Amino acid sequence: MDQIVLKNVTKRFTTKTLGTVTAVDNFNLNVREGECFSFLGPSGCGKTTTLRMIAGFEDLSEGEIYLGGAPVSIRSRNLYVPPEDRGLGMVFQAFAVWPHMNIFDNVAYPLKVKKVPAAEIRERVKKALKHCSLDGMEKVFPSDLSGGQQQRIALARAIVTSPKVMLLDEPLSNLDPKLRETMRFEIKKLQKEFNFTIIFVTHDQSEAMALSDRMLVMDMGVVKQIGTPTELYNNPTDKFVHSFLGQSNFTNVELSGGRVYLKGDRSVPLGMEAPKTGETEMLLATRPNTIEINREEGFRGTVVKRVFLTDFTEYIVALGDQTVRVQAPHRNMFRAGETCYLRFANPIWYSAKKDASDAERERRTLV
Amino acid sequence: MSMSFTRKNSDLARMDGKKFGLDQIMTVLCFLILTTVVILPVVMIIYNTFWDGTKIDLEMFGRVIFREENLTAMKNTVIIAVISTIFATIIGVFFAWLLGRSDIPMKGLMRWLFSIPFMIPPFLAAMAWDMMFSGRGGYVNRFLMSIFNLKSAPFNINTLAGIIVIEVVYYFPFVYMQVVSALERMDPTLEESARIAGAKQWYVIRTVTLPLTIPAISSGTLLVLITSLSNYGIPRMVGSSKNIFTLPTKIVDLVNRAGGDFQGIREATALSVVLVIVVSIALFVQRKLLKAGRYDIIKGKSMRPTLIKLRAAKYPLLIVSLVFLTLVVLAPLVIIVLVSLLRAYGLPFAWENFTLANYTKILVNNKAVTDSIQNSLFLGFSSGFVCLFLGVMLSYVIYKVKPKGSGILETLAVLPYSLPGTVMAIGCILAWSGAVFGITLYNSIWIIMVAYIARYLSYTLKSCSASLQQVHVSLEDASRACGATHMESLADVTLPLIKPAMISSFFMVFLPAMRELTTSVLLYGPNSRTLGVAIQNLRDNGYMTQAAALSVVAIIIIMVCNGVVKFITRDRKGV
Repeated sequence: MDQIVLKNVTKRFTTKTLGTVTAVDNFNLNVREGECFSFLGPSGCGKTTTLRMIAGFEDLSEGEIYLGGAPVSIRSRNLYVPPEDRGLGMVFQAFAVWPHMNIFDNVAYPLKVKKVPAAEIRERVKKALKHCSLDGMEKVFPSDLSGGQQQRIALARAIVTSPKVMLLDEPLSNLDPKLRETMRFEIKKLQKEFNFTIIFVTHDQSEAMALSDRMLVMDMGVVKQIGTPTELYNNPTDKFVHSFLGQSNFTNVELSGGRVYLKGDRSVPLGMEAPKTGETEMLLATRPNTIEINREEGFRGTVVKRVFLTDFTEYIVALGDQTVRVQAPHRNMFRAGETCYLRFANPIWYSAKKDASDAERERRTLV
Repeated sequence: MSMSFTRKNSDLARMDGKKFGLDQIMTVLCFLILTTVVILPVVMIIYNTFWDGTKIDLEMFGRVIFREENLTAMKNTVIIAVISTIFATIIGVFFAWLLGRSDIPMKGLMRWLFSIPFMIPPFLAAMAWDMMFSGRGGYVNRFLMSIFNLKSAPFNINTLAGIIVIEVVYYFPFVYMQVVSALERMDPTLEESARIAGAKQWYVIRTVTLPLTIPAISSGTLLVLITSLSNYGIPRMVGSSKNIFTLPTKIVDLVNRAGGDFQGIREATALSVVLVIVVSIALFVQRKLLKAGRYDIIKGKSMRPTLIKLRAAKYPLLIVSLVFLTLVVLAPLVIIVLVSLLRAYGLPFAWENFTLANYTKILVNNKAVTDSIQNSLFLGFSSGFVCLFLGVMLSYVIYKVKPKGSGILETLAVLPYSLPGTVMAIGCILAWSGAVFGITLYNSIWIIMVAYIARYLSYTLKSCSASLQQVHVSLEDASRACGATHMESLADVTLPLIKPAMISSFFMVFLPAMRELTTSVLLYGPNSRTLGVAIQNLRDNGYMTQAAALSVVAIIIIMVCNGVVKFITRDRKGV
């Protein structure tokens, strides 16, 4: 069953400097029950706004949202269920743990609001604290705790009502890297035990890759691609997705007679088949770790710079007036200035024209 | 790092205190100035209260404080302060929530209305209320009597209750300011997580928003309580004519009646001691309360807080708020302007009664009045600059040099902030009438300046030190590493960074000094009347319309300066 459904959700803001901004543009999504789904994108891409619309903190400009099959926001019918009646769990980036309440009162709050009997509250808070490794700390105040412990309080507070849907708004960004990994693991563990559906908002690609069953990448309010982490990494259908997940080279090329040339230089073709798109200029996208560098065959280039990194050696190779980044094992290293040959595997092609997101980005930076 | 190295660099040696450098000179200067300006007046009050010239005298103190009229004044002071603080807090918190968290329309207009009381001195507000509601003569009373055919005046402002009403409407914006800024700084996700937990709006306000705002509310309450206890202008303008006295008005009354007689001044000092004790108790209680709840609610990514929808209550609340704010904020201004245009006080507001003659009378060939404007401008500029200079130096010494006893320095500098202006003035009279090294400043403009510097130093200190604490040590270190001397680092890095704070802190002194009455009313001489004193004198001598005209002039000067500050400090929030 689809636990969370978004249909044509659009959010527009009007600001003094930018005029009308479409923060979220025609967003469609079905998240299945028990799934861990990530929204990934740079800051300002609209991922948090979408999450806040699901939580009920923001109105919709257009569209519909359903939770567990029930409508919660329907713009056309002016239907709007307030956040407190949506039965969600939510964890925020800045923890949002109440400093005037001790741990017990923080975690017990959602139950107190629902007028659960005191004995049952004690029982359930104890269980939630145990799951979040906070047992025995009921009387402690949040200000005496570290960031990681505070985020555990927030987690305990979110799971104490056993919600069906858990919204996580960059919950790990305020923690140090080591702690982040532990918490990632703990969130997965909690999900297994309590079997809730997660929407996880983040700008950290490795976090999204590690946690999610499926994910989406957003930019400038537009969903670029939805899929499993491997699908998105291996087959990005959009150049933004390609550049946001992993490292990318984009090379400007010309197509002619089924062959591919560097832009502005038709003397030697790059050894690959041209895509049949009808366009004469395109972007060739490659990953630095899929390009093979050798001394015998392939497209001729010059090593500009060599950087010895821990797991591989990285070369900046000049191809005409463009450069590409190549990662290779530490064997048979090239020197700067040396001639080399490159062979490209799994090339991905994108249109060289600007798309709507590029135009919007330019508009926002110009203002 | 070991300190046993032989240091060749003379500059580093200076940092170890081995040589007498710039920092040490400034430290000594700070101690000297604060001792003269702050400690001396306070010591003189205590000394004169309990020393009659030959022996320790406790009898006079007892006799003065148990005199019936003085007991009544004490009782009045406390009643007025406590009741008006309670109501000012309730109204201030309500408006703060309304503007900070609800979706009420016309917030811009209301915020603007809230800024007005900060520009009008309390004695002017009280004078306006007196013109509206004073017995049968008050304009609003007369209007109501004629409309409803009443035999007697419906309101009487010249009562304890009247004073309380004026103080409530004058002081609630102070609470509002404190609380609304706390609400704006509060991380909205604190409230949002309560909503997600299933709590309704009102429950969230009760269990999360209000408890988290308590530190701000109590600091606003403290501010109002102390200002109200020490307020002179409001009880003087509406109470004194009906023999309703508070401690500050009683003290001034005693000094005036003494006419230079030392015994009379000693009685005033005894009451000053009582006033200081009352204020100290208030301070002590509030410190205790404030300590109980100190949380850091300023964190998280800044995001617009979700505004709470008032729905059906929206427009009724808007109308009530606008009517209330207009009445308490704009009506006093309007009445002063109208009265300033009348041919004679008491005439109805009709076109044929209006004239500009009052303005020519006070501004042309009226030396007493034009002198007072000059004096106030001089006092505003001079004490502003001196306080600015001292404030920068003090905050640098306290937060960057950090000598032994920097805590004492800070306490000394902010002490006059909680001392009532009346008490500070008496201290200055005692200290600068030849008692110390035979220096006599009494009856000259300089004694007022010394008193202003003592009173307003804490304003510049607070603003400059807040800004200075944000200038990280590494910034100055970086400049030293680039080869600049200590002096050059100060001039090229530190001072430019705190310049915005310096400019606004100058006006934080200039503006209150311009509209000051409490201190100058005790210190002015024949040639050193201030604007406030001139207005009060005109009114006391029955020139109501001219007093109103001069008030309008004062308000215009203050508003223009305020506009200048806003213009200079725009877009320059913090370093």
